[in-house]
Amino acid sequence: MIPAIKINDIHKYFGGLHALKGIDLTIEQGEFFALLGPNGAGKSTLISILAGLIKPSAGNVSVMGFDVVNQYQQARQLLGIVPQELVFDPFFNVREMLRFQAGYFGRGPENDDWVDEILEGLGLADKAHTNMRKLSGGMKRRALIAQALAHKPPVIVLDEPTAGVDVELRQMLWEFIKKLNRDGHTIILTTHYLEEAETLCSRVGMMKQGEIVALDSTANLLNKFAAKKLCLTLGEVALPAKIKGMLRSQEKGVFTFALTDMTQIELVLSALRTANIKVIDMQLNEADLEDVFLSLVGQQ
Amino acid sequence: MPKAYEINFIKISPRFRGPWTLLKKEMLRFWRVGFQTVAAPVITALLYLLIFSHVLAGHVQVYQDVPYTAFLIPGLIMMSVLQNAFANSSSSLIQSKVMGNLIFVLLTPLTHFEFFFAFLCAAIIRGLVVGLCIYLVAMWVVDLHVIHPWMIIAFALLGSALLGTFGIIAGIWADRFDQMAVFQNFIIMPLSFLSGVFYSIHSLPPFWQKISQINPFFYMIDGFRYGFFGQGDISPWISLSIVGTSFLVLAMITLKMLKSGYKLRA
Repeated sequence: MIPAIKINDIHKYFGGLHALKGIDLTIEQGEFFALLGPNGAGKSTLISILAGLIKPSAGNVSVMGFDVVNQYQQARQLLGIVPQELVFDPFFNVREMLRFQAGYFGRGPENDDWVDEILEGLGLADKAHTNMRKLSGGMKRRALIAQALAHKPPVIVLDEPTAGVDVELRQMLWEFIKKLNRDGHTIILTTHYLEEAETLCSRVGMMKQGEIVALDSTANLLNKFAAKKLCLTLGEVALPAKIKGMLRSQEKGVFTFALTDMTQIELVLSALRTANIKVIDMQLNEADLEDVFLSLVGQQ
Repeated sequence: MPKAYEINFIKISPRFRGPWTLLKKEMLRFWRVGFQTVAAPVITALLYLLIFSHVLAGHVQVYQDVPYTAFLIPGLIMMSVLQNAFANSSSSLIQSKVMGNLIFVLLTPLTHFEFFFAFLCAAIIRGLVVGLCIYLVAMWVVDLHVIHPWMIIAFALLGSALLGTFGIIAGIWADRFDQMAVFQNFIIMPLSFLSGVFYSIHSLPPFWQKISQINPFFYMIDGFRYGFFGQGDISPWISLSIVGTSFLVLAMITLKMLKSGYKLRA
């Protein structure tokens, strides 16, 4: 099967800044993929290249086999992109915008049922005739997502779709996106909310300074980088050098260690015993993507 | 105000739906604010007509057998056509850029030619609508002959196309509203006022006649006026070829800018 997205050795220079340093990434059809990384990692640049808003300095990207530069018409036809900025056209109402957006892609009145489905699914049905300018921030965000879906693209990219969105809307939004994914749409998502990526996405790519530093299934990443978190309340003590490498964070006498497997508990405890450090309290937690993220991205 | 989906009376093949939709959106955009985009320039032109004809009629005779008020009207119509064609494409683009919603068009499969076509046609239509409204009102004021209707149509179309294209260039180039105001106030306004709307350039000293001849607005106004009176400062065919060539050159430049993604795609 042709991959939904194939990114081949993409480089991007902004003047002297090497913003993307040879990105290779393949996303299969039907995947729910998360692209994570701190601000400035290059996520949005990569998505802009995919969208044809930025030209790569080297390398190529294809959508369902169509090159985004040389076959941009076919590639964009298959792609729906939700921009990160909350932009809108103040001259029109929600339904008009969706019709226009579908029309740009060559779709006419036969597309109206789909437009109704989007309006329904995103809770915009009663706002269909409201001018874009009069919508609240959350409603504008929904309209922005609806616009990207108006031409029923098989590949959907959401760039930070839940930034500044309340919990209720986030739930509703994810239910709708999950449904689209079940119906066969490929979903690519960038987000700062790691728990979202963890619960929704089957595979995760993490970017740092223009490179992909981790790329695996969500489960594998959790296992590989941090199976468990061991939180020990020790008070103000100096840790033995032997276990300092496993330390993830330290706050007010509470030390958190990242364990790759359970036998390491014994290692930590025996080191503490040898150093004569008393354990006041102990907690063992499941690691989450945030731990993986921090271990890969957060530490310089 | 008409709804977008109520003007679907024209059946469009899916192949042409993209550019047609963009054109429809651009037309609705200025129609929604018709008070500002159509009514206001019509009122402005009629005020010029009222004041200049009141002050100068009887004092100035440019062509034989043509009263000054009649002489003035074609120039005012053409000036408004040109200014509004420019205003339509330039303000639509700069607004979409500043608001950020131009991205909705940039994400689509529309080609650079389709993009150009839609913005150009909307600019021409706005220019012609304003011009037609002024003509309809002026008809009540003065008896206007039309000697060469095809010349009038040719100059109105080519002139609005030229300024519509120039508006696209300005809209792509400018990043802020104040940069757009520079175009308006330092290029469009002086060129249109110094083009012979209110006088024949033959009434100017030789030096200023020469200066006027490098002003493209002069040829558009003079040729357009020729269509009404059958006389002008210069042969309409020369004017037509200058305006036509200028349009082709600007259109090539615009298409090149759009194709390369200049200022629109990094």
